[in-house]
Amino acid sequence: MEQKAAAKAKAPKRSQFSGMSKALVRRETISAYLFLLPSLFFFVGFVVVPMFICLIYSFFNMGLDSTSTTFAGLSNYVRMFQDPVFIRGFWNTVLIVVVSVPAVTAFSLWVSSAIYQMKPAVRSFFRCVFYLPVVTGSVAVTVVWKWMFNPYNGLLNQMFNTVGFDWLGNTKTAIWCIIMILFTTSIGQPIVLYVAALGNVDQSLVEAAQVDGATKLQVFWKIKWPQIMPTTLYILIITTINSFQCFALIQLLTSGGPSNSTSTIMYYIFYMVYRYNDFGYANAMGVVLAIIIAIFSAIQFKVTKTDN
Amino acid sequence: MNSAKSKLAGTPTGYKIFAVVILILLAIFFIFPLYWIITGSFKDAITINARTPQWFPLSPTMENYVKLFKQPAMVWLLNTVIMAVGAMVLTCLTASLAGYALAKKRFYGRGILFSIIICAMALPKQVIVIPLLQEMNVISLSNTLWAVILPTVGWPFGVFLMKQFSETIPTEILEAARVDGAGELRTFFSVVFPMIKPGVGALAIFTFVNCWNDYFLQLIMLTSRTSWTLPLGIARLQGEMSNDFGLIMAGATLAAIPIVAVFLAFQKYFTQGIAMGAVKG
Repeated sequence: MEQKAAAKAKAPKRSQFSGMSKALVRRETISAYLFLLPSLFFFVGFVVVPMFICLIYSFFNMGLDSTSTTFAGLSNYVRMFQDPVFIRGFWNTVLIVVVSVPAVTAFSLWVSSAIYQMKPAVRSFFRCVFYLPVVTGSVAVTVVWKWMFNPYNGLLNQMFNTVGFDWLGNTKTAIWCIIMILFTTSIGQPIVLYVAALGNVDQSLVEAAQVDGATKLQVFWKIKWPQIMPTTLYILIITTINSFQCFALIQLLTSGGPSNSTSTIMYYIFYMVYRYNDFGYANAMGVVLAIIIAIFSAIQFKVTKTDN
Repeated sequence: MNSAKSKLAGTPTGYKIFAVVILILLAIFFIFPLYWIITGSFKDAITINARTPQWFPLSPTMENYVKLFKQPAMVWLLNTVIMAVGAMVLTCLTASLAGYALAKKRFYGRGILFSIIICAMALPKQVIVIPLLQEMNVISLSNTLWAVILPTVGWPFGVFLMKQFSETIPTEILEAARVDGAGELRTFFSVVFPMIKPGVGALAIFTFVNCWNDYFLQLIMLTSRTSWTLPLGIARLQGEMSNDFGLIMAGATLAAIPIVAVFLAFQKYFTQGIAMGAVKG
């Protein structure tokens, strides 16, 4: 499969301009860039440039007042490893990712395989329901959960007869509350993707296996699972990126507390800018976060490729 | 869950009933927060602060909405709509032009450009928000809706999605248009655009929903009370009057209802679009 993909990537390179005169190639190139120009303007201006700003400024000490900016070398990076709040945030972030990514992937796969063969109306009902928290928006979802978790007026304590228990103010439960809510806002997209992918599985292979007497479970693991592997990889990567960036829930529910037990890298970046205007340190943490995410994505890429 | 599945694999009907029951319970769990937001917004302060939950507002009141509109909630709503519609229109226009060029034109730098776009998509979006604020400060756009719209339009997912859709256009049709003497722009607007319309629809809803709910970007860019959006306004209300849950639920209802309505109305395009965006093999 890998070879096929490699061949596919190489082929158009050799033949891209075949049968085209030089003048035509030039004309096509000019018109292509004219089509691309508006999009490139926004992409370069507001995605590529800030990426470089982030990288460059991470080597400076800078606050709001740009006249006091001084070169800092690697000191922002060194500072991170000596900053207990950053280290705490790093481990909290890893915990969130390590719990939520497998949970979201496995759960959305189960839901999708349960619903994808149902009647179209029923299927789209369930798909909508699981997408609902995403559409409702992280702020609206978070404020209602904050109310439900409230020690006195909250529904949860009233239902479980534990009035007075502070779910979000307890260092042991707070992060699990956040992971649970993050879970509800994360599974919508994977379910949509898995339902589409399962619908595209080659039915003739499934039928052939059934004729040969394969059980449902065998059909799933031997035939469907390899075919939906690219979707699984995509889901793993987008869920990882989203989990690493979890922010609204934390800011609105706990503000990183109690005693930093729910602080994450993303929240700490925000906190550095808002409390201390420390742009240099915040940018350095941003660079490190991007690198960590890239490493996680690369690992997932490797693991899912060798699985086949 | 897996062990339950394997145990019951031999009895397909038993497993099916089990699955449906679980799905229905989950559906209730997933709908409930929205239900609680909307019903909560119609409950008076006494009901909300009572020690026993009232599952349905027995004596609905509008007092929370009256209180909400004493805040500049109308301005927040308007800001949110302008921002989301602006980002949506600009994204659809620029991305469909660029996606078409990437899919159907042969030109120097195509491969590299496409790789850069894919790499950028794998980057954490929020990391560039802090440097973006510094950039917006320099070009004096911070605290305006442009500061949210421009980066949203720049995010390359739309280009990628439109490239996927444009690839389904048969090249013969483009050649036929050229033989008939249609210029580049004419070909795009009268031949290409009608063919990728479902894709543009998907991208439009996707951008609208994402921009509406992009709390982090809004939080960093919009600082003054009159430039806030609904998500920001509600978040601040919660910070300022943390125990007036009725008022906060009214705000949450106002923020959630338009977007949920748009989603339900166009969910067919939406789900199709998301699925298309992932098909890259």
